[in-house]
Amino acid sequence: MASGIKDKVVVLGMGCSKFGERWDASPADLMVEAFEECLADAGIEKKDIEMGWFGAGIDAYNVGSSALPLSLALRLSNIPVTKVENMCATGTEAFRGAVYAVASGACDIALALGVEKLKDVGYGGLPQRTRGVENDMFWPNLSAPGSFAQLASGYRAKHGLDKTELKRAMAHVSVKSHANGAKNPKAHLRREITEEQAINAPYIAEPIGLYDCCGVSDGSACAIVTTPEIARRLGKTDLVSVKALQLAVSNGDEASFSDWDGSYLKTTRIAAQRAYNEAGIKKPREEISMTEVHDCFSITELVTMEDLQLSDEGQAVRDVLNGDFDAGGRIPCQIDGGLKCFGHPIGASGLRMIYENYLQFQGRAGDRQLPNARLALNHNLGGFPHQNICSISIIGRYE
Amino acid sequence: MFGITAYGAYIPRSRLSRAAIADANDWFDASLRGLAKGERSVCNWDEDTITMAVEAGQDCLSLLDASSVGALYLASTTLPFLDRQNSVVVSQALNLGDHLRTMDVSASQRAATSALIAMLEAGGSDKGAAMLVASEHRRSKCGSRAEMLWGDGAAALGVGSNGVIAEYLGSETYVTDFVDHYRGEDSTLDYEWEERWIRDEGYLKSVPLAASRLLEKAGVKVSEIAHFVLASDQAKTPAAVAKKLGVSAEAVVDNHIATTGVSGAAHPILMLTSALEAAKPGDLIMLAGFGQGTDVVLFRATDQVGARRPKTGFAGALERRRPDENYNRFLSFNNLVERETGKRGELDKQSYLAAMYRKKDLLTGFVGGKCRECGTIQIPKENYCVNPDCGALHSQDDYPMSALPGRVKTWTADRLTFDWNPPAYFGLVEFEGGGRMMMDFTEVEEGSIDTGVAVSLHFRIRQFDNQRGFRKYFWKATPSGQ
Repeated sequence: MASGIKDKVVVLGMGCSKFGERWDASPADLMVEAFEECLADAGIEKKDIEMGWFGAGIDAYNVGSSALPLSLALRLSNIPVTKVENMCATGTEAFRGAVYAVASGACDIALALGVEKLKDVGYGGLPQRTRGVENDMFWPNLSAPGSFAQLASGYRAKHGLDKTELKRAMAHVSVKSHANGAKNPKAHLRREITEEQAINAPYIAEPIGLYDCCGVSDGSACAIVTTPEIARRLGKTDLVSVKALQLAVSNGDEASFSDWDGSYLKTTRIAAQRAYNEAGIKKPREEISMTEVHDCFSITELVTMEDLQLSDEGQAVRDVLNGDFDAGGRIPCQIDGGLKCFGHPIGASGLRMIYENYLQFQGRAGDRQLPNARLALNHNLGGFPHQNICSISIIGRYE
Repeated sequence: MFGITAYGAYIPRSRLSRAAIADANDWFDASLRGLAKGERSVCNWDEDTITMAVEAGQDCLSLLDASSVGALYLASTTLPFLDRQNSVVVSQALNLGDHLRTMDVSASQRAATSALIAMLEAGGSDKGAAMLVASEHRRSKCGSRAEMLWGDGAAALGVGSNGVIAEYLGSETYVTDFVDHYRGEDSTLDYEWEERWIRDEGYLKSVPLAASRLLEKAGVKVSEIAHFVLASDQAKTPAAVAKKLGVSAEAVVDNHIATTGVSGAAHPILMLTSALEAAKPGDLIMLAGFGQGTDVVLFRATDQVGARRPKTGFAGALERRRPDENYNRFLSFNNLVERETGKRGELDKQSYLAAMYRKKDLLTGFVGGKCRECGTIQIPKENYCVNPDCGALHSQDDYPMSALPGRVKTWTADRLTFDWNPPAYFGLVEFEGGGRMMMDFTEVEEGSIDTGVAVSLHFRIRQFDNQRGFRKYFWKATPSGQ
């Protein structure tokens, strides 16, 4: 019987570049920026790293395929490096590879680094790209906002909400993240906005408006992981450990078979329950101190609160408007600004979330420091509501 | 008895106001103002001769058993492919199977009437019924008389001996190399000669000659003709020809210039469908097609003419309209201006022909799968049944789904992604009896879509690969009744 990953691996160091429109920074520059911070934080030398996992989401507009870009950028010493890509879950997938390698005993110290260079394409939003030879023949040309906007239509139909009510809650989600992002020096978008601005912004994909969309950013984030024993031996106290790493991937059920109504993410519900089981969490609302969820769009964050069991079904609008997930609320969400304002360099996002957990647990989060943060849940969603990849990591103080 | 057994019609929903065309162009040619009455039909960006042919063919199949169709003829001068049989695409979209004769007939405004004569003269040698689809997506120069008077449309006829609604009495053709207009090998637009000459030396000489030969051969008095179909973009010419022939003024079938415009090689057949809708048992119908001579065909309506009505028909197609005042959009849809598409529109759209062929049942026929083990319907058809309680391997039989009604589960109007007519509407559609798919919508009017709205499926252009001169087709959902 598998015992799960809980407390087998700890974070030795972390780094994160400034996210944003980094016109003058190459992907290698971004990787080095995150890595140097991480290496200094870990207090080891580059040669101590035994294995690497490299995450980048969109090859064609980015660094190219394979693990070479990481090994070349960091001049790693011919160690094994594996490239991973799993859409928006890519960063967490790189982390999972490194954590599993350490947990298995295959190595003592492993590196996970995610990077994305999105601002070289010449236009806003994610790059328009092929979905594969066969899919391109019949899939709609769905953009990311176009696919996630449908969550709003499904949610509204299921719960009998009128458009303005849901839109106001969506606006609250974004206003909160902008307020948080304004306090984060590494965040891409650092200006506060009002509910009126969010509601009145032009539609990108009905009912998603400009301020319902996350930042499309350049950036990199990285982690070095090891065992608790080695970390202690290296003089580390205040350890932060991995409590759960789970992934759920659609199998066509939502898109082709079930009575799924488009109002929730089936994979998130599955991955969340598995993660709670792995971490030994019985009452998530009481035990989880903070969440970093995949707020690619405000509506995604809103329905995710229910999928993670942090709101009752149909009650996310009420809870959001009640401020339950604001900085001072019941369970703060996106305290670093989230994808919304920290930004969303795809391959880096999952690691960026863990970076924020790590800073919070170590009391290094500056103006946005939460009191008594002990356990964090991070959530990524790659793909579309009707077929996607959901990753969940639970990170906490090692006690 | 042998003759016409079924018919169907399709007219694009969009109807551009002629005043809008004149408003944009009368600075250059003031005479256009005199033609600025009514409206003309305009293909949506995702419609062409093939897609309209499929629509008309589907309408015709509401009266015919698809499995009985032994031949499909597609007549048009605006076929999207010069070398790739267009009628094959239409036949596969109509799921007519792989055991039939197909043929494209082109290069003249009487392409459809000539094809029809060939089918009628072949008689019962075609297995079961033969189907003719005439379709035309007419392009013309910006600010031209043709732009004002022409329209897009398609019509279909079934020919056979079961359920005859108009008995074939005979046909005649007068052939002469009268070049009223032409389009050469490397041209995309027509070049026309003087209207008055075309009327006097063309219609008024050629049509009566062919018609009188036929009347004599068939032993029919001209005064008996109850419906006289002569397609022409000259509003008064059909009546002038009728008068010269001795056909009564009441028998002249309206060319619908004011409501759809003249749809080229498709127009004689489209007008014939309107005549069939108006015909009473025993009525004599004369169909004329003009172009490098004249085809004439004679029919007599049978007792079944009133009872055998297609689902939509000419009147239904005419009525299903969306008024349009946007001349700039019309220019854009017809490639008459170089439109900024944004960088998202620059994505390479290579057509991978081997993969396309592998997927042709889905792409062209909208064929899904039905599991033999558990009955689950699914599209696309895959190796394993999607029902998690079943999961059987290779258990799905072909299940054509293009005619199934559906309902919208989720939707959006996407203004970020590239579309020729933004916003791009798409969403998850659930089909009656099972099966669901994330798909494009088309012909959506703002406010007409929401969760639960009923939709029907339509064969449309999915993508142009302008770099290589290819276009891809797939099925899209449209709110029912639109």
